[in-house]
Amino acid sequence: MNAMIGQPVRRREDVRFITGRGRYTDDISLAGQGYAAFARSPYARARIVSIDTTGAKTTPGVVGVFTGADLTAAGIGALPCGWLVKSTDGSDMKVAPRPPLAATQVNFVGEPYAIVVGETLAAARAGVDALEADFEELEASANLASAMEGVQIHDGIERNLSFHWALGDAAAVDAAFARAKHLTTLTFANNRLIPNAIEPRACVAAYDAASDEITLYTTSQNPHLERLILAAFVGLAPEHKLRVVSPDVGGGFGSKIFVYPEETAAAWAARALNRPVKWTAERSESFLSDAHGRDHLTTAELALDDAGTFLGLRVRTRANLGAYLSTFGSSVPTYLYGTLLAGQYCTPAIHVEVDGVYTNTAPVDAYRGAGRPEATYVIERIVETAARELGVDPAELRRRNFIQPDQFPYETPVALVYDTGDYQQSLERAQKLADVAGFPARRAAAAAKGLRRGLGYSCYIEACGLAPSQLAISLGAGVGLYESGEIRVNPTGSVTVFTGSHSHGQGHETTFAQVVAGKFGIPIEQVEVVHGDTGRVEFGLGTYGSRSLAVGGSALVKSADKIIEKGRRISGHLMETAPDQVDFEDGVYKARGTNRRMTFGEVALAAYVPANFPEGLEPGLSEKTFYDPKNFTYPAGAHIAEVEVDPETGVVKVVAFTAVDDFGTVINPMIVEGQVHGGVAQGIGQALLELGAYDESGQLVTGSFMDYAMPRADDLPSFSVDTTVTPCTHNPLGAKGCGEAGAIGAPAAVMNAVTDALGVKDVAMPASPERVWRALRGA
Amino acid sequence: MKVSITVNGAPREAEVAPNTLLVELLRGSFGLTGTHVGCDTSQCGACTVRLDGKAVKSCTVLAAQAEGCEVTTIEGLGAPGALHPLQAAFQETHALQCGFCTPGMIMGALDLIESGERLDEASVRAGLDGNYCRCTGYHNIVRAVLLAAGANA
Amino acid sequence: MQDFAYHRPRSIADAVSLRRSAADGSYLAGGMTLIPTLKQRLAAPSDLVDLGALGELAGVRLESGMMTIGAMTRHAVVAASQDARRAIPALAALAGQIGDAQVRNRGTIGGSVANSDPAADYPAAVIALGATIRTDRREIAADGYFRGLFETALEPGELIREIAFPVPARAAYRKFRHPASRYAVAGVFVADFGGSRVRVGVTGAGPCAFRWSALEHALSSALDPAAANGAPLDHGRFNSDLAASAEFRAQLVRVMAKRALESLSG
Repeated sequence: MNAMIGQPVRRREDVRFITGRGRYTDDISLAGQGYAAFARSPYARARIVSIDTTGAKTTPGVVGVFTGADLTAAGIGALPCGWLVKSTDGSDMKVAPRPPLAATQVNFVGEPYAIVVGETLAAARAGVDALEADFEELEASANLASAMEGVQIHDGIERNLSFHWALGDAAAVDAAFARAKHLTTLTFANNRLIPNAIEPRACVAAYDAASDEITLYTTSQNPHLERLILAAFVGLAPEHKLRVVSPDVGGGFGSKIFVYPEETAAAWAARALNRPVKWTAERSESFLSDAHGRDHLTTAELALDDAGTFLGLRVRTRANLGAYLSTFGSSVPTYLYGTLLAGQYCTPAIHVEVDGVYTNTAPVDAYRGAGRPEATYVIERIVETAARELGVDPAELRRRNFIQPDQFPYETPVALVYDTGDYQQSLERAQKLADVAGFPARRAAAAAKGLRRGLGYSCYIEACGLAPSQLAISLGAGVGLYESGEIRVNPTGSVTVFTGSHSHGQGHETTFAQVVAGKFGIPIEQVEVVHGDTGRVEFGLGTYGSRSLAVGGSALVKSADKIIEKGRRISGHLMETAPDQVDFEDGVYKARGTNRRMTFGEVALAAYVPANFPEGLEPGLSEKTFYDPKNFTYPAGAHIAEVEVDPETGVVKVVAFTAVDDFGTVINPMIVEGQVHGGVAQGIGQALLELGAYDESGQLVTGSFMDYAMPRADDLPSFSVDTTVTPCTHNPLGAKGCGEAGAIGAPAAVMNAVTDALGVKDVAMPASPERVWRALRGA
Repeated sequence: MKVSITVNGAPREAEVAPNTLLVELLRGSFGLTGTHVGCDTSQCGACTVRLDGKAVKSCTVLAAQAEGCEVTTIEGLGAPGALHPLQAAFQETHALQCGFCTPGMIMGALDLIESGERLDEASVRAGLDGNYCRCTGYHNIVRAVLLAAGANA
Repeated sequence: MQDFAYHRPRSIADAVSLRRSAADGSYLAGGMTLIPTLKQRLAAPSDLVDLGALGELAGVRLESGMMTIGAMTRHAVVAASQDARRAIPALAALAGQIGDAQVRNRGTIGGSVANSDPAADYPAAVIALGATIRTDRREIAADGYFRGLFETALEPGELIREIAFPVPARAAYRKFRHPASRYAVAGVFVADFGGSRVRVGVTGAGPCAFRWSALEHALSSALDPAAANGAPLDHGRFNSDLAASAEFRAQLVRVMAKRALESLSG
């Protein structure tokens, strides 16, 4: 037993954050550093006729001006997309090369085409102003709905189509639809979101001429992957001559997974100039240049029989890729989306087709949930709509179609094998917590005040803990999806943990320490967690897709087990007992049937001072593991939103939100609840507030916090959160992952509540006051 | 030009350009990197500090405007082992995740708990309208502020 | 931000004179609009004349049926002012809804009224209360003051000293906030001066704040909130953006007006 599991241990990292002692990338200043500013395209699509750098180079304080041509000449390659998706005809997805600095054509507003380094930031910006770039503006294709018929953006990519991907059995779906008694159809958009971690992206790069090594401090969720891509694909520096450090990172939500032009150009410039170069995005740059999320247009059809049993689901989606394929841009609307379309249900036939389409907009990639919120929105909106059309209670229709606990492992028609779950249980718990029984009275009370109240469900599932490497690679992934975890027991018995996961708010320094301290039976204060530095951590794939505990934590458990085993041999030798006769409990090795004891610390010292040591055993007490999961994990849950709508102004207020989630084993319930809160807030933001909007010419209309509505404290209610537990069957912790659940489940719950309140079939997200007001007028 | 400001109780002087923002002075010349910058349109509140006892966005105040004023930053509030009750409440209630908005959030919330007004969930939510948090959904921040307000009462 | 010369005068006369002698000068009041504008390099004045040291410009005073607010009075001060809360509680409440807490600690009434942002709150009150804008050189009546988008009757270099608000019998302000910026998408200030004299100021909807005369006319016979539903309101020149089309703004103006009127009688 691990006594630390399930304890709401207060976070150890908090002390530095609440006292202003955090160390974020922009807090790092290196001696002699220059400051970078980027020249960015004002056009959605334009040919670069010429760039005259003379004025910039002679601007006082400017120390370097580099364009795409300079990088190309230096052999810097395009930023790659790490997941190869194939079209239904067997052809590879069509990739438009994305140079870090555009050299011949710009394809979205904000795309960088030159970097200027100055003694000061002001000098760098003045240098950017002094650049004379001559553009020939070209017609743009910025609207997803018309992009396949619009002007062709990239040479050789007809209809702007990167791939036409499909999954499932089309013939089986056709057959199911042929015998259906009821058909529900919905067409909707999944709105483009802009991640907006409060810390803008930043980097500081330094070149050491003596060692020919570049050190890149950057806001990354996965520094090793950044290093790998910059070394192997971009050609910035050999992997062993590049150190990537990701210090405290102020939120990521996916947007800091990717390798971006800015840190690439800044790191290159640091070497070219032989001096450190620092860049920090202004928020307006973040809006233009961070990878955006979502942005689908979908038509979904659900076929049901008389009893309300789901027979088949057909989904057609057009997914916006933006102007280029970002690092994982191709995987999000395909393998992270289509594979989830079974949801929590025994739908026997499912077929999904996805067109991945280029537009003259910022690249689109993973944002909290990444494909799974879009899938959940499809399923949970159409299920709720079907229930209303059939006159069946939406919870009851779900119940009738749930995969039952005795059906696990359950193979879906869209390529996944769910290991465990109990959907009925989480739904019932949520209904009780949300007092669904009392809803009619609350609705009547609201009506008496002239308000419309609605209730909506969302029973989501996600595939997390990304995941078996061989499976992922066979499906096109360019990297494995294991995680490394190393534990070094120091001679004095304190422990340093090295994880390839990266914490940017998730609290790994506490959760991972709990796991390890609990394993060893030592005080948590004796455990230090190191992450985010390729110079200290051997390897890692980073934190995204709610994978850190299930994969990274499992690696640590395995390493801890190895250490405990080695300690058994050392202590057995010293206690003159066979290792298999030594028990390890609460930090003490005990020779069974004797009163001989050695503490964990004594064994550690013995390992490093091997005066009397087992024959053939190496000294030291340090182990590592590369843990590669056998399957994804499948967190699932039931969310219930209750809203009140002011029919005169169209304002929707979320008055209650209940989330009951099954994350498997929970290590730190306090942290898990916090993850749910944050995810739900982003989900409510998507449903009611947030929209990344471009106009027809490709200008970003919502380019600042003045126009892009971020959820504030008074936009949200307090949340009612609980968990149920069916442990994951295939990792040693039984953990499934919790980081994205809120963002996955919430949008559909809120929109089901809004449409319930209004009595309409659909309202587009975000359900802005005007949209709601118009929906009511049309109803 | 020269500015003289009392920062966290200590008199400080610096030579600045007139267009230097207070936050640039604090983070740059004074090395007080606990105050963060999260936007360029004066919305997010990550840069909130106290100027003569009132919460302000230090990205929207010129250093020159702070001449002769008292500035308190997160570093001046409490230190490890001697936390201000509001800082302690943030840890106790898990009111922070990535920590980036936290200093501004705390400096903003300080006005609320020192306002002397009776606080409840609604007034705390309304009172935090100048600070964004992308991680916590505000749920635990509201709890933290209420906890600290109670502790002070 | 571009370079500029910074001045911090100690008297109104010095401020006006500094501003006059600057090539392209600008007064700096609370800076809540100006500093972001400078940061985005949408303006590049040669000189900033900071009014922050002019203590004589700050303060709220109540005398003989007028409430006078100094130009440099911060929103938070107005919101908390006992005089304001007693005499024109709607104005204090309006001040308490501007921007956010930190903005209210810095932003000033003079800055707001001088800027004439189409979505600012104070202009609705200035219009509805028939305030007088007192400058370094004259007095300007509210009705002729707001001229258009960021356009007022102020001459170049003219400095607002204070704004005098006649104290009404009752007043109310209702605002529909922009979900992102928290500016007014539609804000309506109604002021009842007794004897069927009601004035209605609208902000957020048009290029600048304006009187809704048709509603005032309808209310002159009876103070019926329902009048806001039917009074003629031409939204032909209303603002239209992602937050609200002109048509929806008109709806919001009506609803805000109705709710303000309801709270008068409530």
